[in-house]
Amino acid sequence: MSFAVASPAAATHSGSLLSIQDISVPQVRDLLVLATKLETMPHRERIAILDGRKVALLFYESSTRTRTSFELAAKSLGAMTTLVSDKSSSIEKGESLHDTGVTLRALGAECIILRSNYSGASELLARSTGLPVLNAGDGMHEHPSQALLDLRTMLEWFGTEAEVGETSLQGKAVVITGDIRHSRVARSNALLLGRLGAQVVLCGPKALLPQEALQLAPGIQMERDFDRALTKADVVMMLRIQRERLVGLDLDATEYAVGYQLNERRLQQFAPKALVMHPGPMVRGLEIDSAVADGSQSRIERQVTHGLAVRMALLHRAFISSAPEDLPAA
Amino acid sequence: MSDALYLRNGTLLQPASDQQMPGDLLVVHGLVRAMHKGESGALDEEARQCAAEIIDCTGLTVAPGLIDAHVHLREPGQTHKETIATGTSAAAAGGFTTVVAMPNTTPVTDSVKWLRFVQAPERCAAVRVLAMPAATVGSMGQELTDYEALQKAGAVGFTDDGKPVLEDNVMRAALVAAARLGLPISQHAEDTRLTAGASMNAGPVSFRLGLRGMTVEAESGIVERDIRLLEEIEQTERLRPHLHVQHVSTAKALHAIRDAKARGLHVTCEVSPHHIALTDEAIAGEAMQGSVRYDTRFKMNPPLRSAEDRDACIAALLDGTADIIATDHAPHAAWEKNVEFERAPNGIVGLETALGVALRVLQGKHGLSLGRTLALFTSNAAAVLGLRDLGAIATGAPADLVVFDPGAAYRYDVGTSVSRSRNTPFHGAPMLGRIDFTIAGGRVVFRR
Repeated sequence: MSFAVASPAAATHSGSLLSIQDISVPQVRDLLVLATKLETMPHRERIAILDGRKVALLFYESSTRTRTSFELAAKSLGAMTTLVSDKSSSIEKGESLHDTGVTLRALGAECIILRSNYSGASELLARSTGLPVLNAGDGMHEHPSQALLDLRTMLEWFGTEAEVGETSLQGKAVVITGDIRHSRVARSNALLLGRLGAQVVLCGPKALLPQEALQLAPGIQMERDFDRALTKADVVMMLRIQRERLVGLDLDATEYAVGYQLNERRLQQFAPKALVMHPGPMVRGLEIDSAVADGSQSRIERQVTHGLAVRMALLHRAFISSAPEDLPAA
Repeated sequence: MSDALYLRNGTLLQPASDQQMPGDLLVVHGLVRAMHKGESGALDEEARQCAAEIIDCTGLTVAPGLIDAHVHLREPGQTHKETIATGTSAAAAGGFTTVVAMPNTTPVTDSVKWLRFVQAPERCAAVRVLAMPAATVGSMGQELTDYEALQKAGAVGFTDDGKPVLEDNVMRAALVAAARLGLPISQHAEDTRLTAGASMNAGPVSFRLGLRGMTVEAESGIVERDIRLLEEIEQTERLRPHLHVQHVSTAKALHAIRDAKARGLHVTCEVSPHHIALTDEAIAGEAMQGSVRYDTRFKMNPPLRSAEDRDACIAALLDGTADIIATDHAPHAAWEKNVEFERAPNGIVGLETALGVALRVLQGKHGLSLGRTLALFTSNAAAVLGLRDLGAIATGAPADLVVFDPGAAYRYDVGTSVSRSRNTPFHGAPMLGRIDFTIAGGRVVFRR
């Protein structure tokens, strides 16, 4: 009798990014320096970096910005990409994540970018394949590349990109508001920003923000009153509200908006200088109103642009290393 | 081969009285023929006449064979996970001589036909297989099975394990019907209306991992409801129903059970080895517990709980609130477990690690005596299940015995397992107490 199935304790490739907790602050600094270098590098040089390498994008959930940004990042470095989605593959026929991953590896994939509706899926894929796996969002767990691009957006806003370290966000309060319970973006940001000195404040009604969220990381604060939270905010990060979830939790969308929508009046009254962010997709008119989303304090579009640079750096790290000095000399 | 065994020069352990004494045992035709207490040798001549195989027990402890009130042998219908033959071999390797098979097979063991199938000699069981068939038809929680016929065919209780009997009136009817026959209803206490989509314990760890959690109240609520039913039945029906609560995992449910026992109700319960050894932190990946993040080898139902609940389970075993240890041995094929955490089936194998874990935690860390630790697997289990001639070493009783070295410390290697499945959280974990021989019905069914 044979039991030749990969042990669940098999190691993961060190080029993987499964959780934002897996990278140290110095590594974060390296990645952001790398992102800037890659962003400003001449196209011809850049496409030589991963020339002919193969990257698979495995997406079990629909996605616009994360998928496109990873894909363009890979192509910007010269890699070939292939997209496998649950709608048009053997996943529909019930093929397991393990088997799908091993199949992609057999086809020559050297790195897999995974979006899954199951928390921890990227962990499984990394162990199954031994390949570098980049977590592009796993269930309600994490979205580490989003936290990195959010950080880059904040550092640019504050003008402190040059000195990334444990005090980069010292004295800055980041208010994350909305459906924290179901948000992988909130978890990754809460786990990262405090390590750079920020005061993370979570805000939302009890049904969307349970008490145990405080134990996510040391130093996290909770403020249920949005207006009060805004008064101390240097950054306001709004999260998408899914209407069907509100229904399931017996919350009224109109009432929610009264308490937690970021609108012009609120922003002007309580946080007229704060940076406004949203990971997208936005539900205009629910968690954020259009005037704010498109207003002068918003850097929602910049977040998307930073995503491309950060993901180039993550792909470089996956294939080569996270050290900026490992870039080919210009 | 002779059918006589001579267990010479061991330390005989009687768990019920927590007594140990040097002695010899002669086993003939499946029964304990003679027991000699004191300096070894008095039975040498009789053993020679019987041409008994001599098992040198020097330095070893001889105890009644272990009894597991809760195992999944997966037959009929799920033989890729385990068979009765492989599952009972694992039982033997773990020192068990009696196991109680759960009915969540395919089809559900809810009829005399399938109960007979489970207990038929063709299944080639290595140890005694008792069974608790389904409490309701198909374990659907609606219509009671034929308790009388099932009892005649050997049922030692009824359960819908894997699911609770949720409806008040159905649970009440089940308790009444079983009480008339003097058998327990064994309840999987989980309010499944509160646990939809949940895959681990609710708390800070589940929040951090983005997994939906099962609350403590989902367990304790059903236990409290069942206790209310017991009380009401005692008052109105002049019956004494026996509720056995399976795999209790929370302080809150144990509190309710402690209280019910104090009021004289007939409630018994079991605790599983993993709930006294591990916590939900393991699912976040913890080197101390030998796990990686989202490690499905640590997924079972009820789930691993907080350190406070783990400590409450230990305390309940120490103070007698929990009557027995039962493994909830639940084999699954490696490919079934090698999926996303939320999609993985619940359950871990446990027969081969139960004694090693229990002795390490209860005796090694909490100072419970060897005899009292063994009682949780023997005399107490026999009492819960109403097995009068098991759970003690006695002349004329079935020769169900385990010979082990209670002081042997080692690390468990799943590669040595004889189960068909390998889904254990204890690979590499420290164990205390090593089985050298297991004797079931007078036959050596395991030797190291």
